Amino acid sequence: MLDINNLQASVEGKAILKGLDLHVKAGEVHAIMGPNGSGKSTLSQVLAGREAYSVDGGSVTWDGQDLLAMPIEERARAGLFLAFQYPVEIPGVSNAYFLKAAVNAVRKHRGLPEFDAMDFLTRVKAEMKAVGMKEEFLYRSVNEGFSGGEKKRNEVLQMALLEPRLAILDETDSGLDIDALKVVADGVNRLRSPDRALIVITHYQRLLDYIVPDKVHVLSQGRIVRSGGRELALELEEKGYGWIGDSGEVHHEPPASGATR
Amino acid sequence: MSAIDTWVAEFKARSAQLPGAGLPWLAARRQRAIERFADEGWPTRRHPRWQHSSLAFMEQQEFAAASGAGDAAAALAALRGGEAGHWMVFIGGCFNAGLSDIGALPAGVLIQSLAEAMVQRPDQLEAAFGEADDGDSPAALNTALAADGAFIHLGRGIALEAPIHLVFIAGAEERSRHLRNLVIAEAAAEASIVEHHVGSGTAASLTTAVTRIQAGADARIAHLKLQQENEQTIHLASIDSVQARGAHFASHSLSFGARLARNDIRTRFEGEACEALLNGLYHVDGRRHVDHHTCIDHARPNGSSREFYRGLLDGNARGVFTGRVVVARDAQRSDAMQRCDNLLLSRQAEADARPELEIYADDVKCSHGATVGEIDEDSLFYLRSRGLDEIHARRLLTYAFAADALERITLLPLRKRARAALLARLPGGELLEELL
Ligand SMILES: Nc1ncnc2c1ncn2[C@@H]1O[C@H](COP(=O)(O)OP(=O)(O)O)[C@@H](O)[C@H]1O
Ligand SMILES: [Mg+2]
Repeated sequence: MLDINNLQASVEGKAILKGLDLHVKAGEVHAIMGPNGSGKSTLSQVLAGREAYSVDGGSVTWDGQDLLAMPIEERARAGLFLAFQYPVEIPGVSNAYFLKAAVNAVRKHRGLPEFDAMDFLTRVKAEMKAVGMKEEFLYRSVNEGFSGGEKKRNEVLQMALLEPRLAILDETDSGLDIDALKVVADGVNRLRSPDRALIVITHYQRLLDYIVPDKVHVLSQGRIVRSGGRELALELEEKGYGWIGDSGEVHHEPPASGATR
Repeated sequence: MSAIDTWVAEFKARSAQLPGAGLPWLAARRQRAIERFADEGWPTRRHPRWQHSSLAFMEQQEFAAASGAGDAAAALAALRGGEAGHWMVFIGGCFNAGLSDIGALPAGVLIQSLAEAMVQRPDQLEAAFGEADDGDSPAALNTALAADGAFIHLGRGIALEAPIHLVFIAGAEERSRHLRNLVIAEAAAEASIVEHHVGSGTAASLTTAVTRIQAGADARIAHLKLQQENEQTIHLASIDSVQARGAHFASHSLSFGARLARNDIRTRFEGEACEALLNGLYHVDGRRHVDHHTCIDHARPNGSSREFYRGLLDGNARGVFTGRVVVARDAQRSDAMQRCDNLLLSRQAEADARPELEIYADDVKCSHGATVGEIDEDSLFYLRSRGLDEIHARRLLTYAFAADALERITLLPLRKRARAALLARLPGGELLEELL
């Protein structure tokens, strides 16, 4: 479904992704772990189309299409969803308007009838209940004054409403208590299906107690330096990231190909 | 032409027929005012209050008599949309009783046209009308030529629930309108007054408007101005308020139309513990220009003032804000806050914001701040990453920037009107209609 080959990206002239390869099949859940500053957010933002990052080489193919050639909103409408590490606050735009505009933009693209106000409210209220958000959050400005956990729940809510085919969660679990963490995991698990793929970026293996990944990758210095099965996450938990070394070149063990499921 | 002598000639031709021409004090003030106007001429950049908005071009400006301006009754119906309240309609600067609907008023409230008031209560008018020396030269031109407007008197302690709407519609066969509104609120009276300046056609014309407000002790007066003139019009207005002890005055100035719009908004705290809110929102595009020049005179202690202006500037347009705050020596414990934030929607647009603080007291809180920025890239990316196309996302963010000013309008029907007026201005506003 998603094939990333030798991806190189920079921001303000500083190279961040330095030849990244990643292959995700439909139905799979991949976890990407790695120390701060290794390029996890850069990868997710590049996939979502953030123009501040310049792609200097490599390719990203999504269902046979050149993902990097698609405008940001086209990616979203075609089913790509990024849960932001730092969701943006937009004063003056109500969450309800924002969510409805997003859902209808995506539905329209998929040839589905747009929701009217009633249908939308029914749907959104059910999803809000599932992520443990009070109804008042509909009438507040997008993310404005939300706590860290409330912002993340709002991301999971958007993901549930937009029903993406490829979802990327960028440290959605960071800073969450165990209840909120379960909400995130539940959101991901409900989305799991044979025609969808999910990439879960996380700093801690804790989330992977609730979301069982098919593959785990370690990102360091802009490259995937190790790939493996679930046990790789446990190993990281035990040893920390120190063993990866700073150069990203150390321990260049052959990728644990054919990692266990 | 709009050269000075054409206005002097117009005054000579019309002064004998102006309403109130038979009142000696009024005739004398008008005469002095036109002389002052002839003497000072249109303000240019050399004038300290007009550094950013010269009217020198007025010497060459042609104002042709507009022919066949639109159907006023239809324009009014579209504007009013069945809303209750007290409606006074002025066409081409003159009160139109047929289209107006002042409705039932509680005892102690008087709403009538200025022309009627000149006949019925000249003594009361003499005190409230204003002097030939008030304001700058455009205000003097208004003093000389103003034929009509609203006269509103609110008796002690009376709270008028529904807003008073003053609708000024450009008329056919005219090249200028000169309006003067007088509001006298006795102690503890409350009312909201809305001025609608509605354009029609495309001909260039001149509007001058002067609104004078006296807010008695503990009175609460809200003034909302929706300026939606056609985009050739020159709109020169002032709002002057004086507040007695404990009075609360709110001014909401929404300036969307006109080629050049200038609003001089002043209030003076003549008693202790007054409060003023000056809220403004403007949107200009093309080569248009808008200038708000405010002055809050903290003449007495314990007063508090808040100013919030927001500008949306597109094309080659320019928005100017000057916020003057004067705190007199004995006006201790004054609290003045001022903000002006501008959103540039094009590279060629320009915004100027200038505070002018004159503080003679020592125990005061005074702050000011101004920003000029563009649409936030992070927000734009966030919206697009959820499937909103770029144009929709930009419009939404533009609206969101302006919404801050709308939230300060406390009366909900008026806030809705202001929002509708804003959406009508924004390109693609219909995309955002569900926000209403
Ligand atoms: N917009 C930016 N401007 C400058 N440097 C950036 C920007 N975004 C990321 N970086 C730098 O790129 C590197 C990778 O950042 P990031 O992708 O956020 O890492 P991670 O998400 O793995 O913590 C860091 O050194 C960071 O400082
Ligand atoms: Mg990150």
